Amino acid sequence: MNKWFNPRSAFGVTLIAVALLGLPFVAAMGGQAWVRILDFAILYVFLALGLNIVVGYAGLLDLGYIAFYAVGAYTWALLASPHFGLHLPIWVILPIGAALACIAGVLLGSPTLKLRGDYLAIVTLGFGEIVRIFMNNLNAPVNITNGPQGITLIDPVAFGDFKFSGNTQLFGLTLSGPMKYYYLLVALAILVVIINLRLQNSRIGRAWQAIREDEIAAKAVGINTRNIKLLAFAMGASFGGIAGGVFAAMQGFVSPESFSLMESIMILAMVVLGGMGHIPGVILGAVLLSILPEALRYGVGPIQMALFGKMMVDPESLRMLVFGLALVLVMRFKPAGLWPSPERKRELGEKQAEGKA
Amino acid sequence: MDIFLQQIINGLVQGSIYALVALGYTMVYGIMGLINFAHGEVVMIGTLVTITVAGSLINAGMPVLFAGLAGLGVSVLICMALGWGLERIAYRPLRNAPRLTPLITAIGMSIVLQNLAMMIWGRNYLTFPPLLPKINFELAGAHFTAIQVFIVVVSGATMAGLLALIYRTKLGMAMRATAQNPAVASLMGVNINRVIAAAFVIGSALGALAGVMVGTYYEIAHYQMGFMLGLKAFTAAVLGGIGNLAGAMLGGVLLGIIEALGAGYIGDLTGGFLGSHYQDIFAFIVLIVVLMFKPSGLFGEKTGDRA
Repeated sequence: MNKWFNPRSAFGVTLIAVALLGLPFVAAMGGQAWVRILDFAILYVFLALGLNIVVGYAGLLDLGYIAFYAVGAYTWALLASPHFGLHLPIWVILPIGAALACIAGVLLGSPTLKLRGDYLAIVTLGFGEIVRIFMNNLNAPVNITNGPQGITLIDPVAFGDFKFSGNTQLFGLTLSGPMKYYYLLVALAILVVIINLRLQNSRIGRAWQAIREDEIAAKAVGINTRNIKLLAFAMGASFGGIAGGVFAAMQGFVSPESFSLMESIMILAMVVLGGMGHIPGVILGAVLLSILPEALRYGVGPIQMALFGKMMVDPESLRMLVFGLALVLVMRFKPAGLWPSPERKRELGEKQAEGKA
Repeated sequence: MDIFLQQIINGLVQGSIYALVALGYTMVYGIMGLINFAHGEVVMIGTLVTITVAGSLINAGMPVLFAGLAGLGVSVLICMALGWGLERIAYRPLRNAPRLTPLITAIGMSIVLQNLAMMIWGRNYLTFPPLLPKINFELAGAHFTAIQVFIVVVSGATMAGLLALIYRTKLGMAMRATAQNPAVASLMGVNINRVIAAAFVIGSALGALAGVMVGTYYEIAHYQMGFMLGLKAFTAAVLGGIGNLAGAMLGGVLLGIIEALGAGYIGDLTGGFLGSHYQDIFAFIVLIVVLMFKPSGLFGEKTGDRA
């Protein structure tokens, strides 16, 4: 049988493709706001898959992932906005953003990768905070990041004359800005899924998993653990950088507020809640956790009105409260994540049969 | 020179608060090996409960000392209950789960507590009732207040008490045994569940005390105050070597002093290029530098090799 073609998976792929193509039109019926929510869901899928390389494959707990996203976003913002009067094309900025994020990843990684577990977590967290504090304060004496006000009027993504903002007529269909970004993001997400899939079973991917399971044993069989760990950091970081660039272009605005520690934690939550190291699980986690707060935003207020006839509590905090509870409950009943990889599920079963370690 | 002394005093006060909070992190970590991300929120709840209780008692015409003690007592009790509940809801069911799972439940609980606090106390900054008289002292050109003396003395005494508890009592011995090897400890007749619950409850009580101190020191409180405080305290715990009690105390004090000195001198050091709003950076830069040379903190033991 041909490895690349069998009728059943071909049918599945077609179904998913049609669904992905049609989704923004369905969402647009509820208003462009929902298309934007979809855009962010896909962007988070992209980010979560990038972090999955670091946390899921290599087992390095990174709590400062958002810093790389921030580097990418600010690179785009500075090179394509009136702030410095630069308007470079995407072909130049995106690679620069990815490369800078990659360098940041190596810079953070090289001195700290001998740290273990939670020590690494707190150092990455600190790094993320340092980056954010610099972005917040680098407006004096030389104005680089424009401080807490952020940078506005950032150029949208454009290929030649084709701009991703505003409406376009194509084959008799009206495509809005968010819808065009949706297709761009889906294309990028598919690319990163393919990279993740190919990595998973490659020599490097297996080396990462070996390090995750037992670093000393991995070293003993001849894996250069330092370089392989650095590679995981650098790759995860470059994905973050690319996502950041697209984010800046899509929003047209960046400020340090978007790159708080809470964002890093949210992306980590997506990876863990979905099922660490398992691509479909991570995608599910990212989609759920990015859409749930938005769905709650629209749901919580009206439900309260219907039940009590007035606003009992502030809907904004109630929405986050429900979100926090959902995190706790999912992990409580699905400790390995919503959709864990089969191997991980098996390991967990064995561990519980063994009793406490 | 007097600026130097002044910054040392300020740092010592801030550091004592960090140390108290850091103890909550380090106790739980030492025994269970997990980061209790919700601990900062426990501290925040401690502060806000004190504001409500002490504030309303003062308004009712009670003497300030009584109101302060009542506020402290109630907030310690509430935080202890909170710590116990946290352990039961978010950690105990997950003791055999993959390592990152309790981290996510902790984050979930932290979000829940923060938003509960916002529903109860609102979005605005609250003023902390003045519980201690404002008396100023002067020593070799540096000024300090009765509140600062109080904070350093009380947190020092509390830490001494905690060390006595851990190293002199049966519960403390059980805790140390569980930290070394839970399976063997339970074979020796240690009730692991009780010990872990005790670690959470004691840590939360210290957190509540720290919360009251933060309130008296800064005189304002806010539902988001727990986050940064928790982060710094956790940094302090890691700096000292997480899981190590004395390390957490020294790490806290050290962090406080470094921050204060950094904020005081960064302008001079960089020729005015970087101002004191970079204060928060010091904690993390010092942490990264220390961990580069001592990968398990200043006083930490070697840790396991899993992420």
